[in-house]
Amino acid sequence: MTETRLLELSGITKRFPGVLANDDVDLDVRVGEVHALLGENGAGKSTLMKILFGLYEPDSGQVLIEGRPSGISSPADAIRAGVAMIHQHFMLVPTLTVAENVVLGLAESGWRLDTGSVAERVRDLSARYGLEVDPSALVWQLSVGERQRVEIIKALYRDCRLLILDEPTAVLTPPEVEDLFVTLRQMADDGRGLIFISHKLDEVMSLADRITVLRDGRVSGETTPGETSKEELARMMVGRPVQLVPDKPPLEIGGVRMAVEDLRVVGDRGTEAVAGLSLEIRSGEILGIAGVSGNGQRELAEAIAGLRAPAAGRVLVDGRDVTGAHPSEVRSAGLAYVPEERMRDGVVGEFTVAENVMLVDHDRAPYCRRGMLRFGTIGERARDLVARFAVKTPSLETPTRNLSGGNIQKLILARELSGSPAVLIAAQPTRGVDIGAAEYIHRRLVEEQGRGTAILVISEDLDEVMALSDRIAVIFEGRLMGIIDRSEVDVAQLGLMMAGSSNAA
Amino acid sequence: MSDFFTLASLVFVVGSGIRLATPMLLAGLGEAIGQRSGVLNLGVDGVMLLGAFGAYYTILETGSAVAGILVGVAVGLIMGLAYGVITVTFGAEQGISGIGIYLFGLGVSDLLFQKQVGTPLPIRGFSDWHIPFLSDIPRIGEMFFQHSVLVYMTFLLVPVVAFLINRTTFGLDLRAVGENPAAADSLGVSVARVRYSAIMIANLLAGLAGAVLAIELGIFQQNLTNGQGFIAIALVYFGAWRPTGVMAGALLFGLVSSTVLQWRTLGIVSGAASSLMAMAPALLTIVALVVISRTVGQPSALTRPFDRGK
Ligand SMILES: Nc1ncnc2c1ncn2[C@@H]1O[C@H](COP(=O)(O)OP(=O)(O)OP(=O)(O)O)[C@@H](O)[C@H]1O
Ligand SMILES: [Mg+2]
Repeated sequence: MTETRLLELSGITKRFPGVLANDDVDLDVRVGEVHALLGENGAGKSTLMKILFGLYEPDSGQVLIEGRPSGISSPADAIRAGVAMIHQHFMLVPTLTVAENVVLGLAESGWRLDTGSVAERVRDLSARYGLEVDPSALVWQLSVGERQRVEIIKALYRDCRLLILDEPTAVLTPPEVEDLFVTLRQMADDGRGLIFISHKLDEVMSLADRITVLRDGRVSGETTPGETSKEELARMMVGRPVQLVPDKPPLEIGGVRMAVEDLRVVGDRGTEAVAGLSLEIRSGEILGIAGVSGNGQRELAEAIAGLRAPAAGRVLVDGRDVTGAHPSEVRSAGLAYVPEERMRDGVVGEFTVAENVMLVDHDRAPYCRRGMLRFGTIGERARDLVARFAVKTPSLETPTRNLSGGNIQKLILARELSGSPAVLIAAQPTRGVDIGAAEYIHRRLVEEQGRGTAILVISEDLDEVMALSDRIAVIFEGRLMGIIDRSEVDVAQLGLMMAGSSNAA
Repeated sequence: MSDFFTLASLVFVVGSGIRLATPMLLAGLGEAIGQRSGVLNLGVDGVMLLGAFGAYYTILETGSAVAGILVGVAVGLIMGLAYGVITVTFGAEQGISGIGIYLFGLGVSDLLFQKQVGTPLPIRGFSDWHIPFLSDIPRIGEMFFQHSVLVYMTFLLVPVVAFLINRTTFGLDLRAVGENPAAADSLGVSVARVRYSAIMIANLLAGLAGAVLAIELGIFQQNLTNGQGFIAIALVYFGAWRPTGVMAGALLFGLVSSTVLQWRTLGIVSGAASSLMAMAPALLTIVALVVISRTVGQPSALTRPFDRGK
């Protein structure tokens, strides 16, 4: 076997104020291989990839492409060198069409925009790699899965030799992930090199040829799926054994603490996203919602939290009717909310960690007295929560935007659970979160359940829903397809219900 | 009122409305290009004033209207370079920087005028060009085809700018940079270069608009523009960032203004009432803004400096 080194990173070091994000990292990628990069939140995976793509400059170290210094110091250089990157957050222009997004920045396209021929080639690539998408559609109209396909088409269109995928599956549904893997495998077989980042160990085990694990900015091991197991990978990432499925204590179920009755909610596109849904959650119970995303989950959560006015129906929190009430009223009725879009709805990115901790209670004692914020108390409180929830941050004064995704999620959870809520809604609680943090978040949710909180977990991760929930409600097109008890779960049946066939089938 | 509704009067009102719309349209087209790239320039009025003075003084000295136009354009380019350095290279806050440019233009154009000229002397610009055949059509010809070449040129620029924005690679870069500069950057588009180009074009057109204004009026005085640069900015919002929309707004604005002028000339309204009515276009814009802003969004990255973040 001739092993051509497509890429060789050696001794990469990158320091941010207060953080050593990459510390003497070595990594290489061979032709035709999928190389998975694993690591906890904040381990430095994205930073390393951004260096490779020319977005950050390393403090020291060398990047070799096919044995020669890459000379990459900007994305333009990277693209010229055959490197493409699919970022952790989409890099698309929503107001442009698919074809326009694809052709953007291509020098050879001439001064005149010819989207016709672009669309043609996009259709070719779509057909060859099974990436179905309409080239003339506007990107804002596309589903998350379609957007991901556009990102891959962008890379293919540029004929990249090395493709970096930074958590491409975090927002995809299980069938979309399967399709993606077929495409990625094919791209590797065509002679490309792929770097694949994910927090989902199953995905890494099934797709990768080789695996490199980062911990605190350093390489903590390199292995292959054949030589390792999920448990060992978890240990390499976190530095201790990780329990992948939480222990659930015996149930102590009380009275109904949260209920929605015949709820109807209109979504962003003007259509009815929640179409007459009724649910009850009792004290000490976790109700999980399973369903393909975009079937009304987000609108349901927002309507309960007071962020979206329902068109009809009622919402009851701890016995109080809070239908259409202001979010602050819903909160004082005892609701805590961990939103799906954490950067948009969960924190203010420019605010410090301490400020975000007191964000929802800033107008109340003990944070505030006679209209004045009490920074002493706030600081103490923030220090305590950051320590208890193991939020990794350089300081309490760090802007929250600079924390890694998983740590932002822990911060929100710390804040939401600190008020001993009667009802907790957790939307995608572990999306983009590393397994150590996911384990921790799951444990906290189960603990919270033990305290008698009624918990609604909304997640696209079916394993997560099954591990946490006492009952699972499946929704499809805004309607309840049925509720299944924990003891009677059957994955095949769940899948059918998620696709729209009712419980009776 | 019956005086106003005579055919001759209406034809005159339309004709002069088009003339009044021209400088605003030029400046508005430029501002639309700038804003599409995510750069707001509140200094349009100041650049117009400098362009107007530059053109006026040049024509006064040389007698060449073409030279006047060229100087107006050059003044615009210089101001564009300055604004690019301030907002793109140094990433300064665009609102404040624009106001600075406006005050600079207002003060400097007046100062130069006082020092170099003093008493307003008239200049001669381009005589009207009657387009063969078309201008002979009764009424229609008088309204649309008996203007100065500057007017025709400006209106021809509308499809040109629309083509630039929608059908060229530069236009695509422009739209992408104004919506999501990080995405454009990640594909190798130089955000700085695109924004510099857009700012240069925008200021070139603002300088030209000033020159056209001075030439059409045949005069310069302190604050000659009387806020037309600000109206041009409002037109961009009114026109939903589209050249044809900006043109529709400019025409509406020009027609309302010429109507008010005509009413005053005919004595239909008193001086005081007509100054009140002069506010009508501004009110119209506000109403249009409220309606439009519900349906179309402005470029998402408008006023936001881009920094890749090391
Ligand atoms: N622009 C920045 N300024 C300051 N600190 C940063 C910046 N970007 C990243 N960091 C810090 O560098 C460290 C590594 O972050 P990085 O985003 O590479 O982690 P990651 O492994 O991709 O994590 P995740 O799995 O959450 O995406 C973190 O501690 C983060 O807070
Ligand atoms: Mg990352």
